[in-house]
Amino acid sequence: MLTAVLLFLPLAAALLLLFVKGAAARALAFGASLVEFALAAYAAFDFKTHGSEAYNLNYSWIPSAGINFHIGLDGLSLLLVLLTTFLVPLILLSAFKRDYDSPSTFYALVLFMQTGLLGVFTSLDAFLFYFFWEVALIPIYFLAGAWGGERRVAITLKFFLYTVVGSLLMLAGFVYLYLQTGPAAGSLAQHSSELSAFYNLHLSASEQSWLFWLIFAAFAVKMPIFPFHTWQPDTYTDAPAPATMLLSGIMLKMGIYGTMRWLLPVVPLGVSQWQKPVIILSVIGIIYGAIIAIRQRDVKRLIAYSSLSHVGLMAAGVFSLTQIGLQGAVVQMLAHGVNVVGMFLVADAIERRTGTRFIPDLGGLTRRTPLLSVCFLIMLLSTVALPLTGGFVGEFLLLEGVFQYNAWVGAVAGLTIIFSAVYLLRMFQRVMLGPDSSFSETITDLTGGELLIFVPLIALVFWIGLFPNTFLHLSEPAVTNILALVGR
Amino acid sequence: MTSIILLSVFGILNLFLGFLRSNKVLLPGAMLLLLAVFGANYADWNVVHEPYFNHMLVVDNYTVAFTGIVLLTTILLLPFSRSYVTSGEPNLAEYYALLLFSLVGAIMMIGYDHLLMLFVGIEILSISMYVLAGSSKRDSRSNEAALKYFLMGAFATGILLFGIALLYGATGTFALSQLATAVAAPANASLQPMLYIGILMMIIGIGFKVSAAPFHFWTPDVYEGTPTFFTAFMSTVVKTAGFAAFLKLLAVALPAAQGFWMPTIQAMCALTLLLGNVGAAAQTNTKRMLAYSSVSHAGYLLIGLVASKGVLQGEAASAIFFYSLAYSIATVAAFGVLKLVTDHRKDDSYAGLNGLGKTNPLLAFVMTVAMLSLAGIPLTGGFFGKFFLLAAAVGQGYIGLVVFAVIMSMVGLYYYLRPLIAMYLKPAPEGATPVPVDGIQTVTLVVLALLTILLGIVPGFMSGIL
Repeated sequence: MLTAVLLFLPLAAALLLLFVKGAAARALAFGASLVEFALAAYAAFDFKTHGSEAYNLNYSWIPSAGINFHIGLDGLSLLLVLLTTFLVPLILLSAFKRDYDSPSTFYALVLFMQTGLLGVFTSLDAFLFYFFWEVALIPIYFLAGAWGGERRVAITLKFFLYTVVGSLLMLAGFVYLYLQTGPAAGSLAQHSSELSAFYNLHLSASEQSWLFWLIFAAFAVKMPIFPFHTWQPDTYTDAPAPATMLLSGIMLKMGIYGTMRWLLPVVPLGVSQWQKPVIILSVIGIIYGAIIAIRQRDVKRLIAYSSLSHVGLMAAGVFSLTQIGLQGAVVQMLAHGVNVVGMFLVADAIERRTGTRFIPDLGGLTRRTPLLSVCFLIMLLSTVALPLTGGFVGEFLLLEGVFQYNAWVGAVAGLTIIFSAVYLLRMFQRVMLGPDSSFSETITDLTGGELLIFVPLIALVFWIGLFPNTFLHLSEPAVTNILALVGR
Repeated sequence: MTSIILLSVFGILNLFLGFLRSNKVLLPGAMLLLLAVFGANYADWNVVHEPYFNHMLVVDNYTVAFTGIVLLTTILLLPFSRSYVTSGEPNLAEYYALLLFSLVGAIMMIGYDHLLMLFVGIEILSISMYVLAGSSKRDSRSNEAALKYFLMGAFATGILLFGIALLYGATGTFALSQLATAVAAPANASLQPMLYIGILMMIIGIGFKVSAAPFHFWTPDVYEGTPTFFTAFMSTVVKTAGFAAFLKLLAVALPAAQGFWMPTIQAMCALTLLLGNVGAAAQTNTKRMLAYSSVSHAGYLLIGLVASKGVLQGEAASAIFFYSLAYSIATVAAFGVLKLVTDHRKDDSYAGLNGLGKTNPLLAFVMTVAMLSLAGIPLTGGFFGKFFLLAAAVGQGYIGLVVFAVIMSMVGLYYYLRPLIAMYLKPAPEGATPVPVDGIQTVTLVVLALLTILLGIVPGFMSGIL
């Protein structure tokens, strides 16, 4: 029952927001997201004692077709639910700092998006999964489109078409799988779209071979994996900061999560057939994203390419099909979510103060902004994967997994750490240090309210870095389960 | 049957109300009586009726379901006729009466069990529509639309009638069930060519009415010129009734000739999808885009005909029902908003919608829901409509056609997004004032949006009912 509350509370708040204006709207949006986080945190504690069965909810949705409203939590979903519910209040707080037109609608869309994201992470029925997958897209399209930068019309259209085409291919794959299933126990329909029914299919290797690409298309676009990434830098750059945070901090994880739950165990033979090309593409993405990031002069765009580079490593770790690689991907999903949101927060804070994101225009900001510099540096070092930070644990495990798959590929993928040190530290140097710019004397430091957003993020960076077992324990049974299904 | 009687009587009564020139009574009166008819129609659900008039007309669940769609569509459409009421249009009562009579025709097309009844139904519907297309008398575009529609429509009806005659010549009967046996076991093999030519001509005739390619050329011009209110009626009620008739013809009378009509319908389907979607993508005028979009939706519905494989019950028929319902509601919403906006801004290109999200959030929201539904995005009825149709087709093994339809629906995304881009991402023109929307229109718009979302969230209550 708690799962359903978790799922629909943001939606209810979003609907209420349509009738509320001004300060009340902020209070409602933020309050709802906090309650949501409290519920998720409660679920995380309760989960250890009661296990995932208590969170399973299964109603018949379209009886004639055997489609169920089936949601549930396991360790993996739970961690992503925690990440989502943790980040959304912070993203809302950052949105309060800006004067967006029709703010109530803006907050409503963010909360609506949260329902979509949580739905993706909890669905255990293929069509429900697809349903939420698209539901998450609609609000972000409007967020990026209506409140975005100058080139928003063309960019959001590209983003929308890319992702929808990808998801339609996934839907086609799901429909094919669905038609191969037999009736579920006690159901009148001839087929079933339950995840477990998909797991029990035993399709031939040739079927799985093309099904792999149909389903993977949606995930590859969402992550995004090279060469399906061309929408990403533009969209990240032009979307308003909160939308960029939603996209990079949470939505990207839909792709990784989807791969782990809906791709690897469903078409294991297809996965083993295409494992190598996908890992190679991922590694190309790592290097490609990093090299382009070095050349960027827009802070947001640089972070976008950095994110592209890091997500490549996550994909490579997942496709290494090793326990350690998958566990690394789980931790890195959390760490990257925190890091990238932190980085975009910094970019937003700088842009709000100076009105520019153009690196050559900035410089010497650190003297007047000690707090901002410290926050920036911590987020940056975690992204670079310095030991003690969350990024280190994630990337280390991921590289270990890729290494187990193939030492040479692992070595190339390992370049990501060096590269990200290069482009991020260079950015820090040119923005915060370096010769003074016209802003160095006038810029103001973080306010108490802004600091409040960074504190939980920084706390989580160190928590993941120092006590990763908190999270690894939660996800371990789920990951083991996935690998057991892949290894059949 | 009750609905036919009620509608005919009310239609005549309406003409008398016109004598009284009591325009204020007309709209609420028409809506109330349509609600009554809707109720009477619903009362026939799951009730077994003897066929009427020596098997001319049957009222079964199939008839009731599709009649329900055309009635509901008309009820939800009527509030948007408001500007005709206020503009002091002298012939208002006649328009309402024609609308009611055309509904009688539509119901006959849905419930026919005899080819003559089909013909009579199509004629009642079409002749009303010819007049209504030209109802904006002083507008040359409306005149052009009426003339085009009439010339082409009359020609198509002629071909249809010729087809019926040839079918009669080959089998000696007009009744659907007897036709089925006669086609399955032909008494005289030398008459087979006559039979096939007859079937082909009927397909052409009905294909014209539902604007399936290559008989769709009239659609954009006629839709554009016809007053928006009647365009909406044309693209929903006429199409729904046309497809109900089409499916019945193929499934009840001609299942044995499947080997002949199946490839024809498949080719028409692919062509309709292609021309409809590509044509719509090239438009800059919202109304013309919706016209081409209605062609493309005929293409998706044709997939349903293919997937039905000549069976009137079951997955494919239910899918056609669901699709028609979702499509009709979304189309009424789209045309309703478009009509309100163009009446106010006098511009039916995409630019006419600019900044609507700011000036009229409700209208923009309803239009958004409608566009997403027509594009088949989840959370809307259109998604499940497409899903049921395509799943039924995949289930019958028509993978190639489905893949093509999916590719075409990707093209669809492009042009359905363009109104959204105009409404939310472009600024409103200088000095734009909010479009006036009255109370009943507001309620109807909200109902339309809610119904679409309801069909997209809990489709179970309307799926698989046939």
